[in-house]
Amino acid sequence: MAQGAENTVAAATRAVVLAPDVAGRVRKSRFRREWRNPIGLVGAAIVLFTVVLAVCAPIISPYVPSAQGYGRLVEPNAAHWMGTDELGRDQLSRIIYGARVSLQVGAVSVVLALVAGLLIGVAAGFYRGWLDDWLMRVVDIVFAFPGLVLAIVIAGLLGPSRTNAMIAIGIVYAPAFARVIRGSVLSVMAESYVEAARVVGASDVRIMLRHLLPNIMAPIIVLTTVYLSTAILSEASLSFLGLGTQPPEPSWGGMLNAARRFMELAPWLAIFPGCAIMLVVLGFNFLGDGLRDILDPRIRTP
Amino acid sequence: MGKYVLRRLLLLIPTLIGMSLLIFVMLRLLPGDVVDLMTGGDIAASAEAKQALRQAFGLDKPLPVQYIEWVAGLARGDLGLSLRSREPISGVLMRALPVTLELTLLAIIIGTITAVPLGVLSATKPDAAIDYWSRIAGLIGLSLPNFWLATLALLFTSLWFRWVPPINYISPFADPIGNLQQMLIPAFAIALHLMAIVMRMTRTMMLEVLRQDYVRTARAKGAGERLVVYRHALRNALIPVVSVIGFQVGALMGGSAIVEVIFGLNGVGNTLVQGIFNRDYPLIQASALFLATIFVVVNLVVDLLYGYLDPRVKLA
Repeated sequence: MAQGAENTVAAATRAVVLAPDVAGRVRKSRFRREWRNPIGLVGAAIVLFTVVLAVCAPIISPYVPSAQGYGRLVEPNAAHWMGTDELGRDQLSRIIYGARVSLQVGAVSVVLALVAGLLIGVAAGFYRGWLDDWLMRVVDIVFAFPGLVLAIVIAGLLGPSRTNAMIAIGIVYAPAFARVIRGSVLSVMAESYVEAARVVGASDVRIMLRHLLPNIMAPIIVLTTVYLSTAILSEASLSFLGLGTQPPEPSWGGMLNAARRFMELAPWLAIFPGCAIMLVVLGFNFLGDGLRDILDPRIRTP
Repeated sequence: MGKYVLRRLLLLIPTLIGMSLLIFVMLRLLPGDVVDLMTGGDIAASAEAKQALRQAFGLDKPLPVQYIEWVAGLARGDLGLSLRSREPISGVLMRALPVTLELTLLAIIIGTITAVPLGVLSATKPDAAIDYWSRIAGLIGLSLPNFWLATLALLFTSLWFRWVPPINYISPFADPIGNLQQMLIPAFAIALHLMAIVMRMTRTMMLEVLRQDYVRTARAKGAGERLVVYRHALRNALIPVVSVIGFQVGALMGGSAIVEVIFGLNGVGNTLVQGIFNRDYPLIQASALFLATIFVVVNLVVDLLYGYLDPRVKLA
C-alpha cells in the first residue's frame, strides 16, 4: 500500500507542482475571468452565510438552544420553523448554534493538520536525506490507514469530546498536508531562484520564509478549503457515532444521532440537521473547486 | 511479472509492521489505564485486584515484550480474547468479515457501473451545460453525508413500505435475494462519494485521452465513434480511475463502519465501534488492524492490476 499511496500521491504531487512563475499578471486577469465562475461564488456565499450564522447565533436564533418546554416533537410551524425535538427544544436555534460547533471543529482541526503538515513537509523537503526518509515513512503509515477508522480509534481512546475530535481529525489529515507540501517544496527547491538565494548567502530560515512559503501557497489554500469540508463531515460522523461533540451541546451530527430514535414520529428531526451538514460541506467544496480554477487548475483534489 | 509481484508482497511486510506498531503505541500511550477503565474507575477495587488483572492480561510486562507477544499471536492467527464477551476475537472478526467485504464490494460495483458511463457521457458531449451540471452533480455527491443518506433511507423505507432491515446477516449464498434486499441500500449509501469521485476522474481522464494522437488516428482510419470512445479512449482513461478506486477503499471502510452501525449489521467496522464503547482494547486493536490490512491488501491488488493494465508500470 505504501507503494500504492506512493503512486497516487506521486501523481497528485506532480500535478500539484505549481505554476508560480506564470507571472502575477496572468493570474490577475485569470482571477477576474474565473471569479465570474458561479460555482466558486456560490460556495463563497454559502460559507459566508454560515460564518455569519455562527458568529451572530445569539442575535439570530429565535430561542435559546438549550431552553426546553416548547412542547415535545412539535411539527414545524410558524413559531418553530424546524419544529422541536424530543426535549422540547427549538430545532432551528439548535441548528444555528450547531454552525458554531461545525465551523470551529473544522477550522481548528484543519489548522492543526496544516501546521503539522507544514512542519513535516518543509523539514522533509528542505533537508532531504535521512530526515526525509524517516518522516515520510511515518507519514506513509498513518496515510495507509483508512482516515475515518483512525479518527474513530483516536477519538474513542482519548475519550469522546469535541476537543478530542478536533485532535483526532487533525492527526488523520496531517499526512495529506505533509505529502502535498513536501512535493511542492521539492519542486520549488529545484528552481534557480532558490539556488540564487543560497549563493548570496541567505539563511535556511530566510529561504523558507521568503522564497519557499510564498510559492507553495496555491496548493495550501486549495487543500485547506477542501479539507475544511472533509473535516466538517468527519466531525459530524464522529458526533453521529457519539464520539465527538457531546449532548446537550448542539452539533449537527449529534442531533442526527439523537433523531434516529424518534424519526418515525418526527422525520423533521432527521432531515434538517443533515441538510445543514450538506449545505456547509457543499459550500466549502464549491469554494475549493472555484479557488482551484483560479489558482491552479492542475491541483488535484479529492 | 512474477518478480514484481513478489517484491510488492515483500514490501507489504514493513507496512503491516508499521501499522501494527502504530496501533499498539496508540493504545498504550494515549491517556487512560486499561485496568482502571475495566474496574470502572472503582476506587474500591484494591491494588491487588488491579495487579491481578494486569498480570492476567500480561500488562505488567515491558512494552516491547507485550508488542512482540501480540504480533506473535497475530502470526499464529490468535488475536486474543474479547474483554467483554471472552470470545476468541478471531472468531468474531471472521463472522464480521463477509459483511464488510460484501458492503465494500457492492459499493465499488455500484459506484463504478453508474459513474463511469456518466463520466464518459459528460466528456464526450462537449456541451457547456452538461459539463457544468456534471461538475455540480459531482460536488453535490461529495457533500452528502453517507450517514444521513443511510438514516433517511431507513426512515423512508419504514414509513412508506413498513420495511425494517432484518437483524441477522443473510448470506448471499443461502438467500441471494434476501441478502441483496438487506445490503443494497447500505451499499448505495456508502457508494455515493465513490460515484462522485469516479465520475469526476473518468471525465477528466476521458477529456485528456480524447485529445491524444492515437484517438485521432483511430478516427482517421475510419473507426466508428463508439469504437473510438469505448475501445481506444475509455480503456486508457480507466487506468488511473482504477487506482483512484483502490485509494477510495479506505473511505469506504470508514463509511461502512458508520453504515453498519446504522443498519445494525455486524461488520468489522461495527465491531470496532462497539469495541470502543466497551473499552475492549484487544478487540479495538484487532479490528482496527484488520480494516487497515484490508485497505492495504486491496491497494496492493490494485497496484498489481495497474501493472497489468499499463505494461509501462512494470519497468518502474
